[in-house]
Order: sequence, then structure tokens, then C-alpha cells
Amino acid sequence: MAPHADALGLTLVSIEKGRGAMSAPWREELVGDPETGVIASGVVTALIDHTCGLAINSAMGEMVPIATLDLRIDYLRPAAPKSGVTAEAHAYRLTRTVGFVRAEAWDADRNDLVATAQAAFMLNTRAQPLKG
Amino acid sequence: MDETATQSLDDFLQRVPYVRFLGMRTELAGDEMTAVLPFSRHLIGNPMLPALHGGVIGAFMELTALAQLALADPGRRVPKTIDITVEYLRSGRAQDTYARAILRKVGRRVANVQVEAWQDSRAQPIAGLTGHFLMRNEG
Repeated sequence: MAPHADALGLTLVSIEKGRGAMSAPWREELVGDPETGVIASGVVTALIDHTCGLAINSAMGEMVPIATLDLRIDYLRPAAPKSGVTAEAHAYRLTRTVGFVRAEAWDADRNDLVATAQAAFMLNTRAQPLKG
Repeated sequence: MDETATQSLDDFLQRVPYVRFLGMRTELAGDEMTAVLPFSRHLIGNPMLPALHGGVIGAFMELTALAQLALADPGRRVPKTIDITVEYLRSGRAQDTYARAILRKVGRRVANVQVEAWQDSRAQPIAGLTGHFLMRNEG
């Protein structure tokens, strides 16, 4: 497990070919708005990035080195105060070099999203991905 | 730099728990702010390389944008992030990371901010971010 995923307390929710879901539980130190106690959008960003990587690895059937090319996130609404967030990612298209992923995140209800995301990843990157 | 602005920046850095969780701080030279993310083991995403977690780099740049907005527009609540687009250019190594933000437009309701992050050389950024932020009035 990546040290940062540990630090955030990310937990695996589900995994199947091309799809993965993970949760980030609410903790005081992860709050982004001290007036409301809402979890930081940065936590949602890290959760989504991580879950997208999980979806790609599950699609490829093995752990290969990947590197995020770009990641676009729309924050549809803040999560509920003191609520954790769950994200599910779908690697819907893999070429030999690039993986395309869509992801969604919610707090309590799968049908009431807090964020949607779209990302592209380089696959099979070696020890220094995308180095200058 | 006037006192209200630096106070507003300090408030943001000290009052947002997630800023402390990442360990981010800022340096001011006049009105020019550089955000610093000192390396720490808990920021690593890939222990094999090792490399910083992509989400950490994205979150750090988003917080840099929010810090620059706190400096530019004191006395407001923390703006809400509407959307971000992060582009990763190079892998983030296990070392300190820096970022600067450019406020391309700060309107009454929305701000457009561009951020770039680097490590060894500013001319070789490791990532960039463009974001829209919803400005909120006090109360």
C-alpha cells in the first residue's frame, strides 16, 4: 500500500476487472473547511487519483507502473459535514500505452454524487515516468 | 504587503486542518508567494520509485491556489473549489516541492487560478493545475 493511502486511511471497497472502489473515512485532520467540518477537496482528489490507478491495474490484471497524465475533477457539491467519501473508477478504454478512466465520488448515496472525474494514464512507465 | 492580507493567509494556513496534515507552508517576498511542501514519507504514492502521490501534488497545487486567493482577497471564507484540471509532467521525487499561483481572474463570484509546481528547477515543472473557485462572502 502506498504510504499516502495509509496516511489517508483509504480502504478497499470493491474490485473487479476494469473497476475499483475505495473509501476515505472522515477525520478531523482531513478537514478543508474548519467552519463546516467538511472533508478537504484535496482528499477527494487523492482518493480519485488512487482509485483510478486501482481500476487500471485491475483492467490489466497485474500491477504495472502507471503515471497520471491528467486528471479533471468537477466538485459537484461539498460532502456532508463529518462525512467520509467513496470513489468508484472505471477504466473504460486501454490502449498499449494509455488508459482512460472515469470516476465518481459520493458521501452517503451512490446516486447523489459529490464529484465526477476524468483521467488519462500512461501505462507501463519505467522507473522514472515521463521524465523531462 | 499589507497586514490584513498576510493575516488572511496565516488564518488560512493555520485554520485548515488538511494544510497541516500535508505539512504545507508559504514564503512571502513582497506580494510574491511561494508555497512549500516539505518532503515527508506520508506523501509517497509509489514506494518503489519512490515518488510523491499524484493526489498529493494535485491537492498541494489546489491549496496553493486557495492560499493565493486568501492573500489577494482577505476577509472572505475559504472559496469552494468548482473544478480542477491537473496535468502531470514529471514524477514528483522524494524531496521538497514548491508552487506558485497566478490569479488569471478574480471576479465577484468566481476566480480562475493557474498553478505550477516544481522541485529542482522552476523551468522544469513537475505539474500544473488550472482551477475555478467559487468566492464566498463572509457569513
